[in-house]
Amino acid sequence: MKVLVFIEQRAGKSKSSALEALTVGARLAGGPADLAAVVIGKGVEGIAAQLKGYGADTVYVVDHAAFEHYNPVSYADAIEAAVKAHGAKVVVGLAAPMTRDVFPRLAARLDGGILTDVTAIEAAGANLHGVKPMYAGKVLAKVETQNAPVSFVSVRPNIFKAENKGTGNAAVSKLELTPAADSRIKTLEVRKGANERPDLTEAPLIVSGGRAMGSADNFKILGELADVLHATVGASRAAVDSGYASHDMQVGQTGKTVNPNLYIACGISGSIQHMAGMRTSKVIVAVNTDPEAPIFKVATYGIVADLFQAAPIFTTKLKALLEK
Amino acid sequence: MKILVLLKQTPDTESKIQISADGAKIETAALKYIINPYDEFAIEEALKIKEKAGSGEVVIGSFAGDSAKELIVKGLAMGCDRGLLISSEGLEGADSLTVAKVLAAAVKAESPDLVLVGKQAIDDDNMHVGIMVAELLKWPHVNVVTKLALNGKTATVEREVEGGQVEVYEVQLPAVFGAQKALNTPRYASLPGIMKAKKKPLDSKKPGDFGLDAAALKAGVKTVIRGFLPPPEKPAGKVFKGEDVAVMVDKVVKLLREEAKVI
Repeated sequence: MKVLVFIEQRAGKSKSSALEALTVGARLAGGPADLAAVVIGKGVEGIAAQLKGYGADTVYVVDHAAFEHYNPVSYADAIEAAVKAHGAKVVVGLAAPMTRDVFPRLAARLDGGILTDVTAIEAAGANLHGVKPMYAGKVLAKVETQNAPVSFVSVRPNIFKAENKGTGNAAVSKLELTPAADSRIKTLEVRKGANERPDLTEAPLIVSGGRAMGSADNFKILGELADVLHATVGASRAAVDSGYASHDMQVGQTGKTVNPNLYIACGISGSIQHMAGMRTSKVIVAVNTDPEAPIFKVATYGIVADLFQAAPIFTTKLKALLEK
Repeated sequence: MKILVLLKQTPDTESKIQISADGAKIETAALKYIINPYDEFAIEEALKIKEKAGSGEVVIGSFAGDSAKELIVKGLAMGCDRGLLISSEGLEGADSLTVAKVLAAAVKAESPDLVLVGKQAIDDDNMHVGIMVAELLKWPHVNVVTKLALNGKTATVEREVEGGQVEVYEVQLPAVFGAQKALNTPRYASLPGIMKAKKKPLDSKKPGDFGLDAAALKAGVKTVIRGFLPPPEKPAGKVFKGEDVAVMVDKVVKLLREEAKVI
């Protein structure tokens, strides 16, 4: 099956989980000749070399100043050009901001099937069979495409393993594309975030604080713990609504869905809304003074204690351990 | 300015989601429906735009079953001017692209200057329909919008992406924008608003009223939900209490390294 994988990049750097999507693509394609990747941006040709060995013989590159920043219409045009060039029946991406924005547009344009944020995916003849969490992770849905001329699938980060099997030359094939001059949507700028750490949705380690943090200033305690672990700091809705943390840090139903290897919840009681966003974390550590807090029901390890006592001790002990 | 807000009814976040005995569907009889929380930000933004302009019309529409009627009325009570319920009879549970095809036809008929939606629905979390409606109409869209400023037929729109980064767009209307939480704080319906809502027009339509054939739409569905599974059970965790905090932290650090092997 001809498969195309969209590699998300920003400022010339591909997403850390992009190789997971490429590995999924390789499995669906069955062989390097059937797998291609597409990279879109300005000065992004170098990314192709990083894809070598992950199962794709071809990397389509759309490299043009006009594609420097993401734009849903011009990026849809570019991916569509790669779909046509490769004859792709399946297009794989990462369940991350660009892919989740552009795949629905392409599915509508090409009257295709679309599976979003899957945690399992397989080819069944010409169709795709996947599994995706629904209703805030309370159930898993078995989702399938049928009679689709082309199907789009985005895979949840940190679920699938990236594997370099040493196949696929990742040879660059340039697609010459100029965006329409009369575009009704222009990207004026991309403002940098204050956060240098991986985004919550892709972070392998997260330290999160709840209402019990008591102030924005107190989040420093979690920042110190996160520094030791190279983790990203998150927050519950209660902490965000109280003004202790910014909205982009919010984990949960009206925030971000995260899936790290380790999630440390400090002073978070564990509302349904919060757990909707973090219950698939592989290991959950909860610190809370209330032994009845619902968070302990999903915790791998729990400590009934004051986070202001426990968090600094975690920082000291982990620092000593990781420096060894 | 005429604004069309598209609404989806979703089960209340507190709902217990029960899978049917044969695993084929979700039991809906006991579910309590609410306006998809992100759609409330879309309604609020539409009302704010109208208030600032001092004129205009806000229409609130949904492609749904009859149960969505009271949610549309809730939107009217918040201040929307007119309701539009397009019956999903015969197309219940259709995929997002089919829903988008119906809604795009409705948008075409209404011909608004702007369509506002929630950035995603909290039931399937797909983030599809608003974007697909835009594509089917060949309109631009921006989803996950945290800031919106209109200047005549041009909008400056901010979209939140990873790591706190913000993409800033200049968009020519008509367009579709998907509201993110940070956009505004939705109002509550006032008592006079609730009284007035009962007298506001609420049109009932079918896909056929927009020239669509429900049977053909059904035959063209490309994505289906084949059934549901419960999420895997997590084994009970180890919870420590009553000991010295440093001792408990020590135990957990050791388990993280030796048992869970995550650090």
